Amino acid sequence: MLEIEIDGNAVQVPDGSTVMDAATLAGVYIPHFCYHKKLSIAASCRMCLVQVEKAPKPLPACATPVTNGMKVWTHSETAIKAQKGVMEFLLINHPLECPICDQGGECQLQDLAVGYGGAHARYREEKRVWVNKNFGPLIASDATRCINCTRCVRFTTEIGGLMELGQAHRGDHAEIMSFLGRAIDSELSGNIIDLCPVGALTSKPFRFSARAWELSRRRSISPHDSLGANLIVQTKHDKVMRVLPFDNDRLNECWITDKDRFSYEALASEHRLTSPMIRKDGEWRAVSWQIALEFTVAALQEVVGGQGGQALGTLASPHATIEELYLLQKLARGLASENIDFRLRQRDFRGDAVRGGAPWLGMSVVDIHDLHSLLVIGSFLRKDAPLLAQKVRHSALRHGLRVSAVGSSAEDWRMPVAARALVAPAAMAAALAGIAAALAAETGKPVAEALAGRLPPDIPNNVRAIAQSLASGEKNAVWLGSFAVQHPRAAELHLWAQEIARLSGAALGFIGEAANSTGGYLASAVPGAGGLDARAMIESPRDAYLLFGVEPDLDFADGAATMTALDQAQLVVAASIFDSPALRQSADVLLPIVPFTETPGTFVNCIGDAQSFHAVALPPGEARPGWKVLRVLGNLLDLPGFNQDDAKAVRDEALSGDIRACLDNAIGELPEAEDPSPAQTSRLQRVADVPVYFADPLVRRAASLQKTADAAPPTARMSASTLAALGVSAGSRVRVTGTGTVELQAVADESVASGCARIAAAHPATVALGPMHGNLSVEQI
Amino acid sequence: MLSQESLRQINKEIAKYPPGRKQSAIMSALRIAQTEKGWLPKEVIEFVADYLDMPPMAAYEVATFYNMYDLEPVGRHKLTVCTNLPCALSGGVHVAEYLKRRLGIGFNETTPDGKFTLKEGECMGACGDAPVLLHNNHRMCGFMSMDKIDRLLSELENQ
Amino acid sequence: MSARALILAGIGADADRTWRLQDYVARGGYDTLRKIVAEKTPPEAIIAELKTSGLRGRGGAGFPTGLKWSFMPRAFPGDKYLVCNSDEGEPGTFKDRDILRYNPHAVIEGMLIGAWVMGCTRGYNYIHGEIFQVYLRFEEALEEARAAGLLGQNILGSDFSFELFAHHGYGAYVCGEETALLESLEGKKGQPRFKPPFPASYGLYGKPTTINNTETFASVPFVLKMGGEAFLGLGKPNNGGAKIFSISGHVNRPGNYELNLGTPFPELLEMAGGVRDGRKLKAVIPGGSSAPVLPADIIMDCTLDFDAIAKAGSMLGSGAVIVMDETACMVRALERLSYFYHEESCGQCTPCREGTGWLYRVVRRIEEGLGRSGDLDLLCSIAENISGRTICALGDAAAGPVRSFIKHFIDEFIYHIEYKKCLVPLAVQDLGSQINVNVSPT
Repeated sequence: MLEIEIDGNAVQVPDGSTVMDAATLAGVYIPHFCYHKKLSIAASCRMCLVQVEKAPKPLPACATPVTNGMKVWTHSETAIKAQKGVMEFLLINHPLECPICDQGGECQLQDLAVGYGGAHARYREEKRVWVNKNFGPLIASDATRCINCTRCVRFTTEIGGLMELGQAHRGDHAEIMSFLGRAIDSELSGNIIDLCPVGALTSKPFRFSARAWELSRRRSISPHDSLGANLIVQTKHDKVMRVLPFDNDRLNECWITDKDRFSYEALASEHRLTSPMIRKDGEWRAVSWQIALEFTVAALQEVVGGQGGQALGTLASPHATIEELYLLQKLARGLASENIDFRLRQRDFRGDAVRGGAPWLGMSVVDIHDLHSLLVIGSFLRKDAPLLAQKVRHSALRHGLRVSAVGSSAEDWRMPVAARALVAPAAMAAALAGIAAALAAETGKPVAEALAGRLPPDIPNNVRAIAQSLASGEKNAVWLGSFAVQHPRAAELHLWAQEIARLSGAALGFIGEAANSTGGYLASAVPGAGGLDARAMIESPRDAYLLFGVEPDLDFADGAATMTALDQAQLVVAASIFDSPALRQSADVLLPIVPFTETPGTFVNCIGDAQSFHAVALPPGEARPGWKVLRVLGNLLDLPGFNQDDAKAVRDEALSGDIRACLDNAIGELPEAEDPSPAQTSRLQRVADVPVYFADPLVRRAASLQKTADAAPPTARMSASTLAALGVSAGSRVRVTGTGTVELQAVADESVASGCARIAAAHPATVALGPMHGNLSVEQI
Repeated sequence: MLSQESLRQINKEIAKYPPGRKQSAIMSALRIAQTEKGWLPKEVIEFVADYLDMPPMAAYEVATFYNMYDLEPVGRHKLTVCTNLPCALSGGVHVAEYLKRRLGIGFNETTPDGKFTLKEGECMGACGDAPVLLHNNHRMCGFMSMDKIDRLLSELENQ
Repeated sequence: MSARALILAGIGADADRTWRLQDYVARGGYDTLRKIVAEKTPPEAIIAELKTSGLRGRGGAGFPTGLKWSFMPRAFPGDKYLVCNSDEGEPGTFKDRDILRYNPHAVIEGMLIGAWVMGCTRGYNYIHGEIFQVYLRFEEALEEARAAGLLGQNILGSDFSFELFAHHGYGAYVCGEETALLESLEGKKGQPRFKPPFPASYGLYGKPTTINNTETFASVPFVLKMGGEAFLGLGKPNNGGAKIFSISGHVNRPGNYELNLGTPFPELLEMAGGVRDGRKLKAVIPGGSSAPVLPADIIMDCTLDFDAIAKAGSMLGSGAVIVMDETACMVRALERLSYFYHEESCGQCTPCREGTGWLYRVVRRIEEGLGRSGDLDLLCSIAENISGRTICALGDAAAGPVRSFIKHFIDEFIYHIEYKKCLVPLAVQDLGSQINVNVSPT
């Protein structure tokens, strides 16, 4: 510890602290622009100049290391003079347009100019003007306002992982830009809006729609990925105007993904379902809640009364709240049905019988910082879990974490990947077995008896390198991503991952696909004894379905088969935030429910944090919080236990036990059961990602996100050798056939495993193709 | 994008730096590319960046930071005249004025026949030879009297 | 050139032909290195000798070389780098160019000795981009040294190894600042780093690095050959040895002159043939364009050494002496310098990025006859707000001339502002004054 005196107050700070760190600890504010706690130190704006005893000139607090006994004055005459001098320099070329600037009211330059700026300008030359840039659909540029703090440049490089922005030219010609005026494609790009201390970078969707001081700020939780980023949702007259991060150093730090930030645009979508609707004689018409509920109750009772609870299938979105999932499963079970599931894209449920508990990350997010080696199995990590990827990237770039990967796609994660096995889906288990075998050889520990018979005879060097990376670290982790969980042989991948983790002393974890991928288990939204899982409910069609928050064509492992099953059913009740053609085609009654901003709720994220939130806005029209709809339905069905006074009571009931005790990634030996999928015999296998901006009903309707590169329509991506083997030329249109046929553009992509075609799921253009995994044929048109 | 000879030269530069430090060769690689192409179109900068495993924006920062790189096409002969103090004391400004008159162009302009571009340069570290000018970045001409300028121009005219 | 020359000794009219290895060896070159390698001279002994000699850095800051070399963590495992700063580009400086083209092996030998002392395995000589022909020659000299077993693995059959390469700049004055130079060597923009950490602990590629000026390295073999005491004896206490002075501007024979430190300024002026055309001396910038200007009466009483020039209110810097006679308009002279710093500011830190442009625009305005009352106070205030507030010394370098020009020649500035005319008749000016160009006579 070091002793330092700041403005007369003695503070003790850890070794290696800067004067800025010490000031923060002491509660002293030092004005600054380029300094940011999460970015490297630039020390370039010079706003934080302070007086230091014995120093001949003022020093920048952000970059000056504390020495023992140091005395610092942050507001002495010397310090203030230096700070005012810098402020004048910053203002000489800054346009005087605060009244029309979107940053007004929350502008660091404006705020500090009040304290440090002069009343009159001494600069009487012409001001510098820069041409605005086009950074894409999310970020607006007012380049002339830029004060060259380079926070945005450092963000893209250090946090985003690719230097998408730079400071070109020099002197007072220095200008922030992207190469060739390209759009910023990072899935974290919106954070530079928050970082920009002036109005040079603002939110394109938000700009000019409200002033900062008109907005109410309310805390919330991201409903998208499994991290559960903490949000501040800002509203004006009960309308969500924008979403910002809420600092949580255990999870998202001060960042959020673009999905978290811009998905709010969907809240005001014209496709919101604003009234209950019933289909009568093939015609949809809006009805009152009473009529809709009475219809639903009667229809459900008819099916269940006739064929029993087994005739009902209940399928929920993993983005639904704990309260909703809990009441939903309670309702299903109240109707004597164990057929309930939220794992809609999963194919292999053999693990359910031998699962230790709810799958989770297996470690805290903070501990990623200290990892030595991490193996990621089957994940589109950067797009599926952008902030977890960011943590991994940070650790890999700054702390020497060695990242390795097994998967069927090697798309750029914008971080160094030390070793990789790029294999077709059908070869993933063998690759993992190879790692286990190599690890056993490295560590001298034997492979578990049950698996020892399945080790491959030869181990390729890249697979051995993964094992070596794990063997040489002390703090290791093995993560299974969504691609692994959705794999037709997911249970085997899980078993091998567990063995690799055991042999390398690694934590075993699941990244999780959605906000409640862990929470769904805790809410018991999974089939009980004799119940059917999500796949079985589709493959053995039910007479009635209860859909909650799902889009049947887009949210399932096989949208086409799901639609077919629903079409055959006698009754489909769908509670949904949005209206959609697929729902109108398959459902009989539509109940308008609300997204996370209009209901209280809880998500249990990938580290087992139950994070609750309140409604921040009023629902449009007749839409109502899902938990309330379910409560009324329960009561109307005369089921016991639907008398909770509020959402908190539901939550307390749902999460009554110790959550930590329920989290367990262990898997036992698989029962000898029939193979869940036929062997891959075709020369082409499908690799399906769920594109980041098609992953859930909200983002699909977020207009600005839909204009980004990540929202481009799916293509058939294959390596050059695969294309050549198929006789297909890159760029041509191809007819792709799975269980159905679609037409796509063929694209050469060396990141796709040989013998595979990467074709995105969750998109209307590929629904007809059928399952996310399996054999394909391709012919050039 | 670049000739085999240019790539060979770039490889030689890369070899000067420790393994994994290819980026250190960016300045010479851009110089070599510019010598081949006459100037640095952005596609060439991107090619060089890829060749050195660095982000194109980082290469662009370098190309725009150092003022001997030309990001716009220049004439076959680029003449960069120093007009800074020691050269100016020895007539550097007059040299520039004379060149402007002779070529009929101002600074940062190119003659219509594409032969000459005139630039104002910063100190070239040869103030003892003032006034100095650079021909195509790599050839320094000192003690530039009107007479010597005439000779230089007629030499270059005929190239 | 002075008879007392060391680095430039033996270099005469055929200098362009006597730079090769054989010529350097004939002049006694590489003797010092051979002796050190053969006798395995302990690094501490060499550092002690350098300290005795009083050799101070020749790049401008004048930091004692022996002390600098002692900062290097010799025991640090792994790569340590040695870098030669030949990015000479401050108006008035042109000595490194002559050293490199006439005596490149002196630099190579000096760097080899530095590598021996500090345990460096790899070195780079960063050469100013505009002297590209000199860069090519230095590459040739390196090839000669490699072929002769003086560079590379097992130098002179010993277990001492050192690789040395040439790296060129491409037009950025700021890369003469040592940390900007390191950034540039790493393939980035040459924007200076904030210090601490200093290069000795975090230098090239984050490894311990020592950076010296070309002339400093070139001096080392001579210092060691003649002995620290003898070298010190050439100059004055605390100002040991001889150094090269580059004299330019209004003199009859501009060029490089190697003089003992402490030589009276009039002697240098005389060697350079005196003021051109027998005119009257007006002002001298004694240490490169960033050094404060001194009026004739002050500089004529000065001796050329670090301490004397500092006492006179300027600095010896790199020994670049810019001479101005009575025909020089000091407003125009300052405008030229301010233009330089404005153009060469790297753009990283606010006071320099914004302030150098502001200074230039105000000085230009005054120069063009558009000055306003209050402009001189404004200039001084801007200069004060830049000085000492920036990451590197470029900000101070830009502010220094403004303050010293106004201080010593305020009459000329006031005259420009008040009468929209120049005190020096335009007809005799070499500087190409712009006054009245943009002002229509009223």
